Formats: sequence, structure tokens, C-alpha cells
Amino acid sequence: MTPLSQLLPGQYGKLSSLNPERAVDQRLMALGLLPGMVLKLIRRAPLGDPLAIEFGGQVVSLRLAEAESLIVDVAADCPVQRPQKLS
Amino acid sequence: MSAKEITVALVGNPNTGKSTLFNALTGLRQKVGNYPGVTVARKSGRCDCGDGLKVELVDLPGLYSLAAASPDEQVVTDVLLGSLEGSQQPDAIVVVLDATNLLRNLFLASQLAELNLPLAVVLNQADVAHEQGLKIDTQLLSQRLGGVPVVLTSAWKGEGIASVRRAIAEVLSKKTKMARLTWPAQVESALGSIVSAVQSDTGTAPSMADAQRILFSSNAHTSERLGWTLARREPVIRQARDQVRAAGFNPLAAEPLIHYAHLRKVLEGVTSGGAGKQGNAAALDRVLLHRVMGPILFTGIMLGLFASVFWLAKFPMQWIQAGVDFLKSIVAPALAGTPMLQSLVTDGILAGVGAFLAFLPQILILFLFVGILEDSGYMARAAFIMDRLFSWCGLNGKSFVPLLSGFACAIPGLLSTRTIEDPKARLATAFAVPFMSCSARFPIYALMCAAFIGPLYGPGWESVVMVGMHCVGLIFAVPTAFVLTRFILKVKPQPFVLELPRYQMPKPRDVLWRMWQNAAEFISKAGTVIFAITIIIWALCYFPRDAQMAEKIRAAEPTLSTHELQARMQAAMIEQSWMGRFGKAVQPVFDPCGFDWKITVGVLASFPAREVIVSTLGVTYSIGKGAEADSNHLRQAMQEAKWLSGPRVGTPIFSLAAVLALMVFFALCSQCGPTIATLAQETGGWKWAAASFFYMTILAWVMAVVVYQTVIRIL
Repeated sequence: MTPLSQLLPGQYGKLSSLNPERAVDQRLMALGLLPGMVLKLIRRAPLGDPLAIEFGGQVVSLRLAEAESLIVDVAADCPVQRPQKLS
Repeated sequence: MSAKEITVALVGNPNTGKSTLFNALTGLRQKVGNYPGVTVARKSGRCDCGDGLKVELVDLPGLYSLAAASPDEQVVTDVLLGSLEGSQQPDAIVVVLDATNLLRNLFLASQLAELNLPLAVVLNQADVAHEQGLKIDTQLLSQRLGGVPVVLTSAWKGEGIASVRRAIAEVLSKKTKMARLTWPAQVESALGSIVSAVQSDTGTAPSMADAQRILFSSNAHTSERLGWTLARREPVIRQARDQVRAAGFNPLAAEPLIHYAHLRKVLEGVTSGGAGKQGNAAALDRVLLHRVMGPILFTGIMLGLFASVFWLAKFPMQWIQAGVDFLKSIVAPALAGTPMLQSLVTDGILAGVGAFLAFLPQILILFLFVGILEDSGYMARAAFIMDRLFSWCGLNGKSFVPLLSGFACAIPGLLSTRTIEDPKARLATAFAVPFMSCSARFPIYALMCAAFIGPLYGPGWESVVMVGMHCVGLIFAVPTAFVLTRFILKVKPQPFVLELPRYQMPKPRDVLWRMWQNAAEFISKAGTVIFAITIIIWALCYFPRDAQMAEKIRAAEPTLSTHELQARMQAAMIEQSWMGRFGKAVQPVFDPCGFDWKITVGVLASFPAREVIVSTLGVTYSIGKGAEADSNHLRQAMQEAKWLSGPRVGTPIFSLAAVLALMVFFALCSQCGPTIATLAQETGGWKWAAASFFYMTILAWVMAVVVYQTVIRIL
């Protein structure tokens, strides 16, 4: 269980939880970032913030502070991308 | 016009090529306006769908979800629900999807299906999908979506446009609607309980789409619009959400989860090949977003942009100036018999037209570049690189281009704040832009440095002061933005979630068309205000006239040459004009800044356009009109100017303290009619324009007093 912000560039993670109360997470869910989905941290901006992440065939920029509620499972770097129910 | 024009809404995610499609469908027969009460542009145009069927096509702002987090998204949702005052519900929807990312794009389409309107699906960027080896079975997709037409297009290449026209005609005649998803039983019953509760409490049944917004969205916009009171709705919504929770979904996450699960099934077997390809983006991003190369290339691109706005625009501006001068030289002799009319036409009307035409080259050039940056996909990268520098004070990476162009001219800078999606950051950026040291501030800095700083302290200090003055505005703009976003603006900030889209060659027609639209809007809106202000200031400086002025001056000093007499005349006329009298009356206000009445008149006359300060000083110091920053006469006259009365009698008016105070005043003061007019236009009212004017002007006065009083005590 790692916060998204601690991934290294190039590292994959499987989204294990997010916070649907937060506007950022709502926006990301609309873009298709749902629990169980594999994402990849592509790079950090030259000044370290924001991050560029890839999921579902798209690249999205996200601020470090806004990424804090996204918890990923680093062990999984499988390409299967299936959402799970959020309990 | 028929009783009710058929309207069709064009909806889609950002970066789907929707605007290109819109331009192709309407052939640039477009109207641009604003939705009532909000600063969201309404673009519409006439689209010919064959067989004499003409519909009004409305291009709605791009959005990812109907959940309506931002004002732009709220407008789209309200337009589609027909609940926005002054706009009717569209008769049909054309939803534009990016063929290369169908799953995400279909989420919006799936939400739109809940509106129960006739709908056609356009899969745009088919050429890119083809290049990526992605195959789409449109027939199967159409079948899965309930028989709505599904059309493949490449708006960029102009392919498939005719079939979109046919599809619009088809859905309008057959009323084909997209299949709605089947909600899990408990969610369906939760939605049902909301529908019946709203009906019994307000008397009208809400649409299914409204019920979903109430159940799934955290904001209360829909309930309030329906007139469903908090006390009434609170228990109903809580119970309905408990039902959703019982089905195993977090209510705030249920909507995307259920839609996406449904859409995965819809897409099964529809697409094949090409999945997960990023195309050119990954390779280009390795260079353009590289830790070292990225910022270097960014700086290069932005310097190029700034240099173009600043230098390239000078030539057409000179032509405009020459054109206006030429007109004056033709008109002036023709009106020589009626001096008042002559002055009104040349110094009022022509000067007023020239004043706002002078901004056009900068606006056109900036928007040419902004269009290229946006359509190519680089603007999102620029925001990605710069965001860290701006996020701490409540702005975001997209604030950079407006602020940078503010150093050339605030007007194009303000217009380019439209690229910022977050309304809070947009407003704060618009508030900060006029602080940037625009090119119109340059003449007064140049004059003061050349006349006083240079001769007294040498060219080294001249450059230091010059650079320093360009930073003054920035130093005050940043804390202003911080305070504004932190404590004053009540607008909810939007999360900075930004798609980094595929790189693409900008389409010249789209870029040029948007450039023209921005210019036209500036002329039609701000232009009239600028023109009116110029005429008012002209009148204040012209009236009242003393017909015997020439004789009086000649009687007092009979040896004056014609040119000297002319200059004395102008000085005397402005002294006894309303502006001159007003300047003398309010001079005590500016006395703590070290300004005499002549500078005060210059300051007051500069409120519509600060660059006139140099020529006004030329008039008040009897050098005559047309004084330039490098005029030796003016420098000499100012160097010799002394206080004639009061406690400082005999000392030079332009002491170092007064010179610095004057420059700081001009660096901070809101002295630009066009800026105020544009600010009002872009923020949707005079409230923020007035706030900006008073804040900057009072700040300028305070800082000028601080500088003058400090320096005079140190030296």
C-alpha cells in the first residue's frame, strides 16, 4: 500500500483505493481511473510537481497534493485493467 | 424564421476535435455570444443537413462528465436539460468521441443517454485510430447503443462530414435514442424514490437525469434549481444513498463504476488491435518534458511568443498609427474653419479609433500563437512544466501565458485567460495580468531614466532602475493573487487534473478563425468603451476654451515665435480646461507623492491610456504636442522645473524621490481604459473591473507616497 506520490517514474501500480468525497478523485473516476485499475507513473514535472500518470490509454497530469488520497499496490504491474466494486 | 428553430447540441470530451468538426459542419457561419449571467462563450452556427433541413448547431464547451464540477460543465448540463434561462432544450445531441479512446469517451455519451434525447454518435479522429491499427466495428457499436447512428469521421482531414449531416437528419426524423444502461435494482429504486419525493414536494416530476444528479453529485445545484428544499430533500437523499450503499457502491463513486462496467460490455468485440498505443506523445514528451531539455525548450518557445507579441506587433502598430496620422492630416485642413470640430475629429474620434486599433496586432499575434500551442497539444505541457511555480499562490500552470503576454500588453493577456478552466485561477490570473509592466509603461520609465537617473547616476543605474520597474508589478501581483485566492474569492477551486493529449498538427483554418473571433469580440465589446472614454477625456481637456488666449499671451510676451506661441497656447488651454482645473484642485492629494499640478494633470489625463503621460507632460511643460520620450526639450524643461510656492519653493520638482515615486505610481496604477473594459468583459461584469481599478490605483498612490517620503528622508 503506497501513496501514488511515492511511485518512481516508470513504475506501475494497481489502484487500491481513492476517496470519492474529493473533487480530484471524482474527476479521475470520470476519466476512468477506478479501483483495480493499473496505472503508471510516467514522470514528474521538471520542478518535481505535478505528476504525469498513464491509465486507460491516456496521460493525465495531477498535483502531488491532490494525489495523496490515491493508494496503489506496487506489487502488481500486470496489464489487466478491470475495475472492482468500491466498498 | 420559422416559429421554432431546430437546435442540435454538439457535445464531447476536450481534445476530441469537436471544434474542428463544428467549423467543418457550419462552414464558419457562426455566432459567438455569452450564455446569460455566466462567462461561458456560446458558439452556434447554421448547419445544412440536406433536403432543405437547416439546424442551429450549438458547440458546447468540452467536458468529461455531466457531474458538473466547474461552471463550464454546469452550463453544458443546464443547456442539455433545457433549464438555462433564455435557451431551449436541444432537439437532438451529437456526441463527439475520440475514436482512439472509446471507453473513456463513451462515459459521457452514456450519461447523455439518460437525457432521453435523440442522439447521434460521431467517432472522430478515425485517421489516427487507423494509423494505430485500431479497428472499430461501427455497426456492432450502433446495435449495442440501441440503433443510434455511429459515424466515423476525420474532421481534420474533412472526411465523413457529409455522413454527420445525414446522421443529424436521421436522428431528427426517427428520434433515435441511445440505449440507457440497466441500473442495479437497488440503485434504480433509489432513483425512483427521489423522483417520487421531488414530485410530491414540488409538484413536478424531475427527469431521470435530474434524479441521478441529485443522487450521485455532491453539489446541491439540481435540487435548488428544482426548488426542492434542504429540509425536504435531506432525509430522502440520505435514505436513497443508503440503498446505493446496500448494493455495494459508495454513492459518490457509483455512477462511474456502473457506467464503466456497462461500457466495457458494450465495447466487447467492437474494437480490435491498436490498444494502449500512445502514438507520438510518449516519444515527444521524453524531449519536451525532459528535466533539463523541457524547461530550456519551454523558455525558448515562450521567448519566441513574447518577442513576437512585443516586436512583431510593432510594425502593424506603426502602420495603424501612420494610417491614423494620415487621416488626421487629410481631415484637419478640411475642418480648419471649425476648430472645435477639428479637435473633436482629430484628437477625439480618430485618436479613439487609433487607440483601440493599436491593440489589434498584439491580440491577433498572441492568439495565433495561443491557438497553435493549444491545438498542437503543447499548451497542456507548458502548464505541466510551470504549474509548480504558480500553484502555491492559487494560480496554475496555465496562468503563465496570460501573465507573460501581460508584459507586452494586458489586453491580449486578459483575453488569453480563457484557456484556464478553473474559474478561481482564471479570475485571479485576470486580476494579476494588469500588474505586469506592459509596453505602454515603457515611455515614462524611459523618459525618467534618460532625464534624471542616467545624468545623475550613470547608465548602469539607468538599467537597474529600468529592470527594477519591470519587476515592481510582479512583486505586488503575486501576493495579491495569493490573498485573493486564499481569502477573498469564494469560488470553489477546481482540481488541476489536466489531460496531456496527443500531439497534433494545428489546422490553420481553426487557428485563424479563433484568432479572428477573439479580435472581433474585442472590437465589438471593449472597442466601444475605449472609444467613449477617449471622447470624454478629450472633452475634459478641451473645454472650456478662451478665445482671447492667443492675444493675452502675445500681449504678455510679444517676442515669441509662432511655434513657441503654439506651445504656450496649448499649455495655457489645458491649464484652464476642466482637466487642468481638476488637476489643480486635486494636486494636494498627490502632494505627498511629490507631484506638482502639471504632473497631476498628466496622471489624471493618463487614466484612459497611460502612454499619453509623456505627450501630456509635453503640453503642460509648454513643449508642444508630440513630445517623445527621447525629446531633449522635454528633458531640459523638466530638469529646470522648480517648485514655485509652498514649503519646497525653489527646489527641483523632479527630485530623485519624485522621479522614483512617479515611476512606481505608473508601474502600479490602473491607467488603461481598454484593460478595465476587457476585464469587465472577461469576468462577466463591472464588479471585478471596478475592484481592480480601485485596488491598483490606491495601491499605486500608497506606494508612491511611501517611496517619495522614504527617499526624501534618506537623501
